[in-house]
This record gives sequence, structure tokens and C-alpha cells, in this order.
Amino acid sequence: MSKTLIKIENLKANIDGKEILKGIDLEIKEGEVHAIMGPNGSGKSTLASVLAGREIYEVTGGKVEFNSKNLLDLSPEERSREGVFLAFQYPIEIPGVSITNFMKAAVEQHREHKGLEPLSPSAFLKMMKEKKELVEIGSKLANRAVNQGFSGGEKKKNEVFQMAMLEPKLAILDETDSGLDIDALRVVSNGVNKLKNKKNGFLVITHYQRLLDYIVPDVIHVLYNGKIVKTGGKELALELEEKGYDWIKE
Amino acid sequence: MSKNDDNKIITELSEKEYEAGFVTDIETEVFPAGLNEDIIRQLSAKKNEPQFMLDFRLKAFRKWLTMTEPDWGHLEYEKPNFQAISYYAAPKSTAKYNSIDEVDPELIKTFEKLGIPLNEQKALSGVAVDVVMDSVSVHTTFKETLKEKGIIFCSISEAIQDYPELVEKYIASVVPAGDNFYSALNSAVFTDGSFAYIPKGVRCPMELSTYFRINQANTGQFERTLLIADEGSYVSYLEGCTAPQRDENQLHAAVVEIVALKDAEVKYSTVQNWYPGNKEGKGGVYNFVTKRGICKGDNSKISWTQVETGSAVTWKYPSTILKGDNSVGEFYSVAVTNNFQQADTGTKMIHIGKKTKSTIISKGISLGRSNNSYRGLVKIGPKAHDARNYSQCDSLLIGDTCGAHTFPYIESENPSAIVEHEATTSKVSEDQIFYCNQRGLDTESAVSLIINGFAKEVLNKLPMEFAVEAQKLLALTLEGSVG
Repeated sequence: MSKTLIKIENLKANIDGKEILKGIDLEIKEGEVHAIMGPNGSGKSTLASVLAGREIYEVTGGKVEFNSKNLLDLSPEERSREGVFLAFQYPIEIPGVSITNFMKAAVEQHREHKGLEPLSPSAFLKMMKEKKELVEIGSKLANRAVNQGFSGGEKKKNEVFQMAMLEPKLAILDETDSGLDIDALRVVSNGVNKLKNKKNGFLVITHYQRLLDYIVPDVIHVLYNGKIVKTGGKELALELEEKGYDWIKE
Repeated sequence: MSKNDDNKIITELSEKEYEAGFVTDIETEVFPAGLNEDIIRQLSAKKNEPQFMLDFRLKAFRKWLTMTEPDWGHLEYEKPNFQAISYYAAPKSTAKYNSIDEVDPELIKTFEKLGIPLNEQKALSGVAVDVVMDSVSVHTTFKETLKEKGIIFCSISEAIQDYPELVEKYIASVVPAGDNFYSALNSAVFTDGSFAYIPKGVRCPMELSTYFRINQANTGQFERTLLIADEGSYVSYLEGCTAPQRDENQLHAAVVEIVALKDAEVKYSTVQNWYPGNKEGKGGVYNFVTKRGICKGDNSKISWTQVETGSAVTWKYPSTILKGDNSVGEFYSVAVTNNFQQADTGTKMIHIGKKTKSTIISKGISLGRSNNSYRGLVKIGPKAHDARNYSQCDSLLIGDTCGAHTFPYIESENPSAIVEHEATTSKVSEDQIFYCNQRGLDTESAVSLIINGFAKEVLNKLPMEFAVEAQKLLALTLEGSVG
């Protein structure tokens, strides 16, 4: 029996006084891939943001246990260091900061949190090289400033690369497939599949079934109007594709 | 990140301590406060100056009396009372040290505390340092090594004694005494500073550096720096500054002159960290500085790089006169203002010769209730055929109580010239901070990373030894910014 990675119970959240999440229950075990599907405005991205600790959302109820800690008590950076990674739907540009420097700062703070010595520059660069090969991103990308002037596909590949560098326990992919052509989609999905192991878990948020051809989920949840209205196996995605979201709204 | 956290960051930023703010307890000889011809005569006699220097000072003083303090800067401050300042303060025992063993141990300690070892064994290899405390130069390292190459690097007082013909030829040749109110004052009362002469065809093998420290209360520091790069020579010069924390404002009015002859290149870098005043805006140094270089000969080059983090009020425009054909002027600047600091800084590029080129990259970062202005003039003279200028002024705002202003002036009298100006203003966004947080960076590291990224183009221009210091200084300026 594998261990529970994250357990979300009756999670409720508001933005500007408007309730978006209306009681979410979700449990992901080590080694599992869960997908969340649902129409626009159902609360998918809000769930991702709330789990990452974005403060514009106010949590009004419920609890989230992650790695036997109360996730909601932790700051965004502590959540990251504990092993929660969010691949952004719209990755942010940080002009003038190279990906190498950005990742060096992040990896150092992650290691410090774990009580590890900082990596030597050569060990760090070796790690960069290995991870770049693993997720098949061009080696030049790392010398560029974080997301500055990146194409949509490059931004998403960069997210997967950062995920590889930080080796999270739980990776949340927020509509990572949006705006990707088929080649970029394949690179991104291959990266995720390589990073998958028996100890970590994935929460894949997507609007379309297409991504789930590449990243095959164990469980699919359908989110509608702030609640999970249906849970099933991977065949649920096909059913949704066929019938559309109107079917669940009934 | 909510609005509250934004405010919290700004508040906590203000609580950062000024690390160089200690006072050295050392016996000092100070002139009585006030300024008149007698004081100037005493000063000149004290320094055993030749007649031409005294005449120069008196002429400048008489000119100064006819001038008024400029008020066109985007600055608000109480005008200094020039009669309340003492114009000479010197550590008492300085006859002039022959070796480091004679230097007051308190002084050595002061500079070690600031990370400037005076002992050559301990000194950074590759950097010769002239140290100026209050009004006098106290020590110059690596003098002998430089002498072998024919390079003169000493305090300006020594130069006036030992190389009067060089001083007389070049002093005020770039910044005339009557150029402006502060340069006139400086010319009348300057006490010390650095002098360097690089002979023909010599590439200076180490960085030359002057470290300025104001220690004594109620004194002004008026230093004078003169750099002469003879034909085909090269020198890189660094300047660092700190002062103790004091409640009253201290005045610093320096003049720096650079002469680059044919094919010569001068790189002048400053890391300025004068005491900026406390978080209520009390105290701090008034930094009113005139810095100017002339590319006198063809193919010469002068490059200014500055990282300005200190001072309550900064009024400073390092400028280059591009007289020689094909000469090049560069200005790279990062200015950070916090709390109630005010900076009005920029450059002037005066194109006179043909095919002269200038580049201006200015990065202003404002926090707290500070105001940060870029003011620059690009002037193309009628004979400056095919002159080119590129200017880029970027401002970064942190919080919503600070200000950034850009005042570019362009005057072109030659139709073949190409002048480009770009300006941007941005804020550190909550999205950027959250993105960094999500990767495990705390907010302080995130802001520091974003600022270093913003200023990178300029920081890259600094010599290595200084780049590290500058980065630390930028991080220090932000210390305590955890949201």
C-alpha cells in the first residue's frame, strides 16, 4: 500500500469575496498521476494557485495535509522547499536573470532547507547538464534570462526543466498543454514521464483530453463550479471528449 | 502577495542598518568653522603649497562669492550653511607615513573594518590604494611597484609638491574653477585627493583605487582627483566612499578631472556608499560632485561606471568631452535610492570631434519614499560629423511611494549625427515575486535577484574586485526585505 502524498479535505477558497472553490476533496498517493479536467471558470487554476500558496486567494475552509504537514500553514517558498512544484500556465519573465543563476539560487535554498551543503559550481553545472538532457531542452536556453523573449513552447519546456532541477514530491501542471504545438507537447510530456517515479505524484490540470494521450493519468476528476463532480479512470477523458462538458453540468 | 505585504517589505527595508556607520576615535586637527580668505591662506600654508596654488584658490574663492547655489535639480534639501563647516580636518599625527608601521593603528583598524587593508601583504593583489580620511591622504600602497613603470600615483598634495608642472598644466583644464558653484568652492578649499599620471604607451598593471572616508563631524570633504593618461596608455581607476552615521548633514563636494591623450583609455569606476541618512530622512551626506573627462586626443576613450547607493542627496553628472576624432565616451550607472534619499544624476556627452561615439546606460532603482532622477545631455557640435550616441534609461520601482524621473536633453548641430534614446519604467511585480517564491526563494532573495538582473548590464562593466562589492552592497541595501 503506497503512502498518501497529499490529502485535501473540503477545501474552500475565495477571491475578492467570491467563492471559487466550494469544498474540494482529493487524495493523491505516491506514484500516482491525477488529472483535473473541467470547463473554463470551474476553479482548476484556482486550486493550483491555492495549493502553491498564492495570497490573493483567501482559504475559507478545509484542510490540506502534505507530507504529514499542514500545507496551508506554510509560506509559498516553504511549500516549494517541502516539495510542491507548480508549472505555471503563464510563466513569468525575470529580465536579466539567467536561468542558471535563478536555478542556482533556488537549488541552494532547497538544499539549505534539507540541511545539505551548497553544491560546488562544477557539481551544479553537471546537474544542469544532466537535467537538460533528461528533458531534452537546448543547452543555450539556460544562458538566457528567465522566460524573457521565450516562445510559448520554450516557456513550458523551461517549466519542466525547473521541475527536473528541483525534484518535487508533488508537481502541479497548470494547463501546461495550452498554446503548445504537437512537437513541444511531446517534449514536455516526455519530460514529465521521465520524472515520474514511485515516490512522487502529479496533478495535471487540463482543458483538453489531448495531453492525457501523452501523460496517462491513473485517476481523472472533473471539476465544475468549484466542486469535483465526477471521478473515474482514464476512460473518463474519452467520454468527456465525446460528450463535451455539458454532459456533467446536467 | 497582498498590498499589506508590499508595505511590510518597504517598512522592513527601511530598517536596514548602515554597516559603515561607525566613528573612529582618533586625534584630529580641525580648523575653526567658516570660510574666508584667511582660512584659505592658512590652508595653503599648512600644505606648504607653491604660490600658483594659493593664487588659484583665491581666484576660485572670489569667483565662488559671486555665484549662487544651483536649484534646477529635482531635489529638495536645506541648503548647507557654508560658514558652519570646517574646511580642514586631519588625523593629527600625519606628517606623512614612510611605512605602514607608522600609521596610527586605529586608522589601520578602521580601514580593515571597511575591508580595505593598508598593509601591502594583506592588500588585494592587483589593486593599489590611496586612502583619504577627512581632508588628507593617509596612505598609498604599491607606490614603488608603480614607480618602476614610470606611473605616478600619490595624493594630490604630494603631486603639488613633487610634480608642480604637471599639476599646473592640467588642474582646472577640464573643470574650470568657475564651472559651477561647487567646483568653485572645491577649487578654493580642496584639501586632498588622488593624482595619477600614466606615461606614454604604459598599460597600468594594476587597478588604481582611492578610498574616501569622512570621519570628523561638521567637516566638509572637498577632494580633488586628477588623472592624466598620456598617449597610448591605459588605466583603470576605482573609487569607494563611506561615512559614519551622523544626525547632521555632511557636505561632500569633489572635483574629478580626467585627461586622455591620443589613443589613451581611462576606465573610472565608483562605488558610492556615503551615509544616506536614517529612515526618517535625518542626516546623511550631501554629495555634490563635478566629474568630467576630456578625450583630448584622437581615438581616446573614457568610460565611467558608477554604483550609487548612498548619500542623502546626490547631484552628480560624470561627463565626457569628446574632442579627439573617433574618441569614445561611455557612462554606465546604477543608482539605488531608499527611504528619503534623493538622487539627481546622469551624464553629459559633448561631441566635438568627428566620428565620436557615446553610450549611456542608466539604471535607476527606487524604494521607500525616495526620488531618483536621470538627467543627461547629449550635445553634438557643428563639426562632429557622423557622431553617434545611444542612450538607454531604465527605472525600476519597488512600492508605490517612490518616484523615478528622466530628463534627457539632446542638442544636435550636425545633421549627420545619429542620436538614439530609449527609456523604460517598470515595477517589481507580485507575479515575479510569487514565481520566485514558488521556486523556493524567499522574497528578499527574489527582490535582490530581480534587482541584480535589472542592473546586470552595468554591474558587468565593473572590474571584478568591485563587482563583488557592488553586488553585496545592492543586497545589503535590501536587507530585511522579507515579506
